[in-house]
Parts: sequence; structure tokens; C-alpha cells
Amino acid sequence: MAFREYKVGARLFGVALGGSMVITLYMPIVDMTSVAVTETGLKKQLSYGRIGGFSYEDPWMLGEGKPKTVVLNKDPKTGQPIETVDAYVYEPGIPFPSGIVHPRILGDGITQLSLDKGQIGSASEDAGAVFVIARGTHNGETVTYIENATATRGWQPAEVLSTGGDENTHYIGSGKIMFVKEGCWWCHTLLPEQTQDWQYFGIPPRLGDFNGESPTAFGSDRKAPDLLHVGARNSSKEWMMMHFFNPRLVQPHSIMPRYDYMWGDVDANGNPIDFKAWRAEYDAYAKGKTMYPPDVPEYAKDSQIRYLMDFILSLK
Amino acid sequence: MLKYLFARNEDIPPGTAAVFFGFSSIIWFVIGTGLGSFNAAKLAFPDFVMGSELFSFGHMRQVHVFAVIFGWISMAFAMAMMYITPALGNTKLWSEKLGVWNCFLWNVGLSLGLTLLWAGITSGREYSDFPWPIDLYIAAFIALPLAINVWMTIIKRRTQGIYTTNWFFGAGVFMVTIVFIVGNSPEWFNLTGLSEAYLTWWFAHNVLGLWITPVAAAIAYYTVPKVTGNPLYSHRIGHLHFWSVVVFYSTPAAHHLMSAPLPEWLKSFASVEGVLILVPAIAFVSNLLLTMQGKWHMFVENVEIKFTISGVLLAIPLNMQGGFQQTRAINWYVHGTGWIVAHAHLALLGFSTFLEGAAVYYGIQTLLRRKLYSLALANFHFWFLLIGFAIYWISMTIAGLIQGAGKIYEVPYIDVVIAEHPYMIARWVGGTMVFTGNIVWLYNMYMTARAGTEIPEGRLPHELAYER
Ligand code: HEC
Ligand code: HEM
Repeated sequence: MAFREYKVGARLFGVALGGSMVITLYMPIVDMTSVAVTETGLKKQLSYGRIGGFSYEDPWMLGEGKPKTVVLNKDPKTGQPIETVDAYVYEPGIPFPSGIVHPRILGDGITQLSLDKGQIGSASEDAGAVFVIARGTHNGETVTYIENATATRGWQPAEVLSTGGDENTHYIGSGKIMFVKEGCWWCHTLLPEQTQDWQYFGIPPRLGDFNGESPTAFGSDRKAPDLLHVGARNSSKEWMMMHFFNPRLVQPHSIMPRYDYMWGDVDANGNPIDFKAWRAEYDAYAKGKTMYPPDVPEYAKDSQIRYLMDFILSLK
Repeated sequence: MLKYLFARNEDIPPGTAAVFFGFSSIIWFVIGTGLGSFNAAKLAFPDFVMGSELFSFGHMRQVHVFAVIFGWISMAFAMAMMYITPALGNTKLWSEKLGVWNCFLWNVGLSLGLTLLWAGITSGREYSDFPWPIDLYIAAFIALPLAINVWMTIIKRRTQGIYTTNWFFGAGVFMVTIVFIVGNSPEWFNLTGLSEAYLTWWFAHNVLGLWITPVAAAIAYYTVPKVTGNPLYSHRIGHLHFWSVVVFYSTPAAHHLMSAPLPEWLKSFASVEGVLILVPAIAFVSNLLLTMQGKWHMFVENVEIKFTISGVLLAIPLNMQGGFQQTRAINWYVHGTGWIVAHAHLALLGFSTFLEGAAVYYGIQTLLRRKLYSLALANFHFWFLLIGFAIYWISMTIAGLIQGAGKIYEVPYIDVVIAEHPYMIARWVGGTMVFTGNIVWLYNMYMTARAGTEIPEGRLPHELAYER
């Protein structure tokens, strides 16, 4: 019997659903992908790397396969002092972000500048590369584009890392993985709203702020402050450390979970962290039996909390 | 179950797949609401179970959401399709064996996917959180086999026309497959940034609009006429419902991102289309309530009708809220607050769950040919669900309004957190009631299978009197 008597209906159905998909998928996406990337958008994709969620380079979401952001104030090649610059270091084998692999998503003008002057076409994942953000003009306006510093200035990933040193190296991309994995975005948003709350949480993002970022982790229900510009409100590493170890240390009414487990087993000096003893001491303090809370252990260099902290403090 | 996986199709008793789906869905419902209640406790008492990443709120939340959507709701749908589609086509399910395999692979895949989510392995996109290998698995072993079974059963039917329920079933499985595949593949289209965020919400919106809402409605189109014995009030209104779902429900996806920097034309378009969702909603509700004419006593006396009509009635506030909260005039106040969480539970725990509950109650009795074990326990289940849900909805709506006020008057955030605390506790209490009701339900259905009175040949379950 088939759908014989439903010929008209079946065709109309196709037209209706197809039409709906043209209007709600094709048209908006053509519109949105034509927007040129802003400086914020470039910074984000260069510091986060290819993907901020599950990916084949980092299937267990440990923060592997991500670039490092190094704050440089001398040229790694010549050793001469230079104006402070953020260098995005992709060691050999680290996948490039979308803007390098598919330069057309950068948008009108910026694609050409990045390819011609920035020479991003010559960067290779196998050899690794260092990128910086450069300024140029397009149609008489100043724009930012990506420069492949390995090609233009001869900076090699290993040199940049050693010149910067550990204290100037930030694991922002790995931290984004922690943010997504730990589900911070179920409570916090990364999207000050366009209507009201930007007066406290800071400027709402613009269209081009996201090209190349994946996922955006906007968050949908907000149970906690927006974090898009949190690093600008509060850049105290000590406060953040205490707050992540146990939010109730600095904010007694907070409902944020404790992230003490992100410290791992050992502290910065390699001594094991005794969580049980810490909690017992804290409970005594919370009940008013002692005057001061126990100290929060200094975290190890390669701990997950370091990644997360680097990411949070980069949100300016 | 395992013994049927390798049996010949002819040797599998008709209805086997539906029964397996039915019991799986109830078990997932118990698990899912248990997780919900656990999460609610964590939001009320943050130090309740700590020190392990697995029990941290950020790891548990999406496990709850996916257990209830993929485990409870979608499996209950599959159950309904496995027995209602053939019944309305006056035929047998196209392949019982495919159905059994579908159920088996569904349970395996869902357990695997939830384990990964629990460990934090996620795509980071809300409602399409599963990493892509799991998405492929879902498309190939969950959505497609179900769709094929439903379509083939409709094609092989032995009736002239296709009844309303089956239009929705047939179209629903088709649309959800397309939406699922498109919505989960930004990687393949190299979409990033805002386009990816928009696609994420396009998917989330359409899964609700083209799967959960219409399929739940389709179930009501079956249960109400079947159990009351009244014919459907109007086929024409059914048509209106169907076509307006396809046209109006598939378009307003952007209303989930009203405060993001999407193109303005898109937001305005979505907002208008969103109000038009009231068309299918009103068509559906009025059609079914008018079908009840002369049979309103069954709303009190009969378990399936009690559930179905409560679900239909809950669709009224649901769609009023849905239609208007997404306009700019209201959205700026409630966006991103507990109000939305309340709305989500009105849709899924209120409207949709009550309709599916009826389908599972009715299906298990018809297929096993056993009368419901206990009316008292079923009533307990109903009231715990309804009251628990009401507490949840009211407390989160109030919490949402507080948050909204805090947002626009720029109250320091911590004061909002403090003000919400009592409502968080109330939500936990309500949710725990729902969970308790479900445990009772599982017991009741288990006892129905074991000890329910046999239904004689030629009779229907609702024609027999309740015994306990
Ligand atoms: C259960 C919800 C919840 C989760 C999950 C959560 N937070 Fe919070 N967070 C809060 C609340 C509530 C506050 C405000 C009170 C306070 O300062 O603790 C807050 C405050 C903050 C602040 C300070 C904000 C400001 O304006 O000063 C930062 C930074 C922060 N959280 C980061 C994180 C990160 C990173 C994660 C994930 C690892 C996370 N949060 C997970 C609820 C949450
Ligand atoms: C025991 C009953 C339940 C409890 C206690 C409960 C609790 C919760 C909690 C605490 C959240 C997180 C909300 C937030 O992030 O603020 C949540 C989210 C959610 N739950 Fe439930 N839930 C219950 C039942 C259900 C049922 C039965 C369904 C569907 C059938 C459901 C669907 C969802 C959905 C879709 C979300 C995401 C909401 C959003 O993104 O706004 N829940 N639930």
C-alpha cells in the first residue's frame, strides 16, 4: 500500500522541512561565516588550539595536544629586547587551529593578510610553528592578522619556550579543556548578555570574537557570575587558588564545588597532599574551633589546576 | 532478552521488543531521576559528597540530562512505536528481531556514552555533548534501526489510510535522524565559533520540537481514543497540528541565543516563529480535550487517562510560557535563570513524561496480557510525580525570578546565591519525590508482569476492573 495516497503530502513535507532548513541553517551560517575575525577571536583560537572538547589528539581530555602561550620580551633568535608580545607556540605535532587550516574563516582581508604577509600557508604541523598577532591595514582600516613567526622571524618553538621560561608560559589551551571537562559552564556563562548585565560582567562579545573557536562553551543556565572577563575583575592568583581548593574559604555562601582534586597527588615540592587531614582541619575552622583555616598547598607545575588557572586568568 | 537476539524472527513472540523497551525505559527513568535528585542535592548543599571528580556537579549534570532524554523519554517512545504502529496498521511489527537488537544496542550504547560523559569526555556543546564516535553509534544503531522498523511497518500496513499517530511517528523518526546527523556534525562542515554555537541550539531546539513534543503528542492521539472509546474529535485539527509542527516548530532555534551576538534578522525571525508554536499547541490540546467529551469520569478512574490528560493539560502552561518567554520583551529578564530550568522540566517531566508514562502503563498491560497489579500504587506514582514536579516547577520559577531581578538590578552575585538557597532545597525535595514515585512504579510494573490478573482473549486491559 506504501505511501501511494500520500504523494502530495510527502512532497509538501519535503518542501516544508527543506525550506525550513534553508532559512534556519543555510542562510544564518552564510551570514555568520562572512564576518571578519576580531583580535579577540584571533587570540582565542591561537591560544586554545584546534578543539576545546573531545578530539582524537586528546581523547581522555587531559589537556594534551594543545599550544602554549608564552609572554616574550626579548627576541628568542637574537636575544634583543622587544615590545612584549604573546607568542603562541605549537610544538611539532600539535594540531593547528581552524584559522590556520581553513584561512577563509578569518574573513575578508584578514585571510589575505595572514596568507601573504603572515605566511601562515607555509606553517607545518609536523615541524611545529610559532604564531603571533600582527597589525596591518585593509581598506584603510587597521586590522589584526596572524603571522607565522617561524617563517617571518625564524622563531622555533623550542627556543621560544626556553627564552620565555616556565613562569612566562601559560597552558591556556589545556585549561580550556579542564573548563569544559569539569563542567564549569553548567554554572558559569561565558556570555555577558547584550541587554543588562554587562555593566557588571563586562562588555558583551561581538560577532567576530568566536571565529575558529570550538566549542564556545557559552553556558545556558547561569548559577554563578559570568566569567568572560573575570581575569580583568580579579587577577589575584592567591584568591583563585584558595577559591578553587575550597570556595568556602573565601566565600562562605558559595555553592561552587571544591576542586581540590585537581591538585593531583603531590604539591609543588613533590610532597604528597594529605586531603583528609586538610578537610579535618578545615572542618574545625568552619565550626569555629580554630582561628585560621589550613593553608592551601602550592600546586605542581604540571597539575590540572595550573592549566585551569592559566585559562581563567587569561579571560580578560 | 539475550536468547531472542539469536532466535529466528518468526520465533520471537510479537511485542517482545516493545516489552524490553518498556522495562528499559522505566529503569532508565529510575536511574535518571535518581541522578537528578543527587544533582539537586549538590546545588543545595555543595559539600554533599566531595573529593572525587566523578561526583562533582559538572560531571554529573549532563549524565542526568542524557539518562532522562535518551534513556527514559526516547526509549519510552521506541516502546510506544513498537506496539502502537503495528496496532494502528492492523499488522505485526516489521521485524521483531531488529527491534530486540535495537533495544540491546541502545542500552549498551547509552551506558557507554553516559560513562564517557561522566568522566568528562564531552564535545562541550550542550545537548550534543556526546563525543562524535558515540554520535555515530547513536545514528547507526539507535536512530536508524528504529526509523526503518517504523517505516517498514507503516508501509506494510493492512489499512487504507494512515492514522494521525503514525504520521507523527513516521515523520518524527525521519526528522530526528536528519536533525541528529546535521546537528552533531559541525566538525565535518568546519563550523566553529558562533555558527557552531548556533548549530548546537538548532539541534537542541529541533530535538525537542521535532521529536519529543510531536511524538509525545502522537501517543496521546492513540491512548485517549483507544481507552475512552471515543473517536478522535477532529482529523482536520490533527492535520493542522501536524503541518504547523513541521513549519513553525522547526524554525525558531535562534531564540535560545537571544542575548548572543547573532544576526538581528535571525533573532527577530525566530521570535515570531516561536510565538506561532502556539498554533500546533492549541490544536493539540483542544483536539484531545474535546475527544474526552462524555468520558471525563475516566480522568479520575482510569490510570492511563489520568496520566495522559494531565500531560495534555500541562501542555497549556508549557506552551504559553514557551511562546512568550522567548520574545525579546520577556527573554532579557528570564534568560539563563532557573526559570528556564523550570520550563525545561515542565516540558520533559510535566507534559512529556506523563504522556509516555501512560503509553508504558498501557503497553505493558496489553502486551503481557496482564491487568495492572495495583491501582493504589499507580495512584501513589501519579501523585508523587505530580506533586514532586509542582514543587520543582514552582521553586525554580521563583528562583528564576529572583535571579532575573538580581541580574537587572546588578545585585552582587553572592546575594542571589543566598536568596536562592531555600528554593534549591525545595527543588531537591520535589525531585526526590519524583524519584521515590518511580521506584514504586518499577515495582508495580514488575509485579504486573509477575502477578497481574491474566486478561482474557478478546478483552482490553481497561475493560477489566482494578483489583488492588
Ligand atoms: C555549582 C555551580 C558551580 C560550578 C560547577 C562552578 N562554579 Fe565557580 N562559582 C559558583 C558560584 C555560585 C560563584 C560565586 C560565589 C563565589 O565567589 O564562590 C562562583 C565563583 C567563581 C569565580 C569567581 C567569580 C568572580 O566574579 O569573582 C570563579 C573564577 C569561578 N567561580 C570559576 C569556576 C571554574 C573555573 C569552575 C570549573 C572548574 C567553576 N567555577 C565551577 C558556582 C559554580
Ligand atoms: C527527580 C526528578 C528530577 C530532578 C531532581 C531533576 C533535577 C535536575 C537538575 C538539578 C538539573 C540541573 C539544572 C541546572 O543546571 O540548574 C536538571 C536539568 C535537566 N533535567 Fe532534570 N531533574 C529531574 C527529572 C527530570 C526529568 C524526568 C527530565 C526529563 C524527562 C529532566 C530533564 C532535564 C533537562 C532537559 C535538564 C537541563 C535543563 C536546562 O538545560 O535548562 N529532569 N534536572
